[in-house]
Amino acid sequence: MIGIVIVSHSSKIADGVVELCSQMAHKNLKIIPAGGTKDGAIGTDSIKISEAIIKADEGDGVLILVDLGSAILNTEMALDFLHDTIKKRAIIADAPIVEGSIAATVQASISNSIEEVKLAAEEVNGFKKIN
Amino acid sequence: MFNKDIIVEIFKEIAKTMDENKALLTELDAAIGDADHGINMTKGFTAVKNKLESIAEEDCSAILKTVAMTFISTTGGASGPLFGTAFLKASSSVVGKDALSNDDLLLLFESAIKGIQMRGKAQKGEKTMLDSLIPAYDAMKKSLDIGDSLIDALNKAEIAALEGVEFTKTIIATKGRASYLSERSIGHQDPGATSCYLILKTINNVLKNRESLVE
Repeated sequence: MIGIVIVSHSSKIADGVVELCSQMAHKNLKIIPAGGTKDGAIGTDSIKISEAIIKADEGDGVLILVDLGSAILNTEMALDFLHDTIKKRAIIADAPIVEGSIAATVQASISNSIEEVKLAAEEVNGFKKIN
Repeated sequence: MFNKDIIVEIFKEIAKTMDENKALLTELDAAIGDADHGINMTKGFTAVKNKLESIAEEDCSAILKTVAMTFISTTGGASGPLFGTAFLKASSSVVGKDALSNDDLLLLFESAIKGIQMRGKAQKGEKTMLDSLIPAYDAMKKSLDIGDSLIDALNKAEIAALEGVEFTKTIIATKGRASYLSERSIGHQDPGATSCYLILKTINNVLKNRESLVE
């Protein structure tokens, strides 16, 4: 199964997105939060993120959803810390964290393809909320 | 000679400089960012300072690697991965060395800048730390190329870095949190460029103090 990691500056956002996604997730789907710094402040932590990726990884791939700026830098740094075999199948989605995570969760519950799950997350970029 | 004792002393002094400038850096960041730059820099370099006692016996590369990993694991903002990558790249440019020649220092500086560019995907002129670092590197290289002493070269680098900080007031931020402000970021100096200037100034001061002790 594909694993999902939620990276946010705020641990409450990361935990909240996981909670929201869990409502729609296959019971075996791993959605792991990596929010805030290790001392509980606002920020992102590359070591926390790399641990979350390892936790989420079951061999098929890990899709990582991120919020702002340094969440991306620290996720890229976290990927550099990982073994090449995991690094190759862990990908950052270019998608909004809430909508993208929901779309990825739904797709990951029915597909083991990291490309398909990433595409599902990124397709929300074109969605309009109010028509 | 630029040996590992100087590197250790420099990082101790940088921790002091960041602590002294914590309020200034946070104030600059509050204007165009998320108001945590002074806090993050102080937190990161204080952790580095505390770690230094246990690594002073290592070579230059190992010291810089420990600095990088300590900084990365304690600093929450973009500063963690950016400075962390800079120190990691600096570390791999001086493997096995207990002392650094001027050429080594230039290569170290260049590697650090390339690391920041790789991690931040930024160029000069985007209102970032690169706007003080790249002019400083260029000035240092030019100065050493014409045969100036290291102290003179670092003086010129410090001046160029400060000019770079001033330049950041005139441009729009396109990277980081400040980019959300777009043209409203004009008029404010970049906090990251400022902290890089402070680091260069501190390095320069450490060397000048050592020189005056020798004389």
